[in-house]
Amino acid sequence: MSSDADAPVDAGAASVEDLRAQVQALQEEVSDLREATDDDGQKSMTIIATKGTLDMAYPPLILASTAAAFGWDVVVFHTFWGLDILHEEKSKNLKLSAVGNPSMPMPNAVAALPFMDNVATSMMEKKIQENGTATVEELIETSLDMGVDLQACQMTIELMGYDEAEFYDGVTTGVGAATALQHMADADVQLMI
Amino acid sequence: MSTYEPTETLDVKGLSCPMPVVKTRGAVDDLESGEILQVVATDSGSMSDLKGWADSTDGVSMLDQEEAEEDGDAVFRHLIQKE
Repeated sequence: MSSDADAPVDAGAASVEDLRAQVQALQEEVSDLREATDDDGQKSMTIIATKGTLDMAYPPLILASTAAAFGWDVVVFHTFWGLDILHEEKSKNLKLSAVGNPSMPMPNAVAALPFMDNVATSMMEKKIQENGTATVEELIETSLDMGVDLQACQMTIELMGYDEAEFYDGVTTGVGAATALQHMADADVQLMI
Repeated sequence: MSTYEPTETLDVKGLSCPMPVVKTRGAVDDLESGEILQVVATDSGSMSDLKGWADSTDGVSMLDQEEAEEDGDAVFRHLIQKE
């Protein structure tokens, strides 16, 4: 039942000194931890954007701009085809794939015809316009204005043969997986899209 | 709704997610403390989205929300105060 660990505290003068020292040590520890966690209540989100189709450009940009409206610290790390979202020219010509999408109102055998991606893309673009949905370009400009850090993975920039000057002004280049991981480790929300 | 007098009005009619929230953020940033922003939207999702945004964002509070009709279309009005 009784052991040294849970023995009643000796109320003698020496113990009071010990307790004071312990309380002080704990206060310092709490203060250090507060500083280390830098908890000013600001949430943080990291999104990894890997896809470069019209439909897949929206989720990361919508979440990023909305999170910025919440006052969150947001990084979107674009890699592989996700780079096309940040590519000034390509971002305006993102395509929707008609093949392999069961939601398309056509069988795959028809969807595989050479012009069907363009048809599907035009249909989607028309719907986007009619619905008052922002364009990819608008969402990128908005996100950048709101302080979202849109990062373009350096390794895939080189792999895809892109030039850093081809991306929107304000896009962060010269970053890699370590930069993304560093932000992810401290983020409250991490998403791979 | 009539008990509050908005300082500014933000018209986001015709815009859909995420623009009503994103533009509201920008408009609230331009307000002084205590001032009230009226947001008028046609996006029905704005009822839940702007409430959620206001509830989890420091320094703003949602005073009132209502659905009304304007020229035969449903509009959603939100009154947000900067604290």
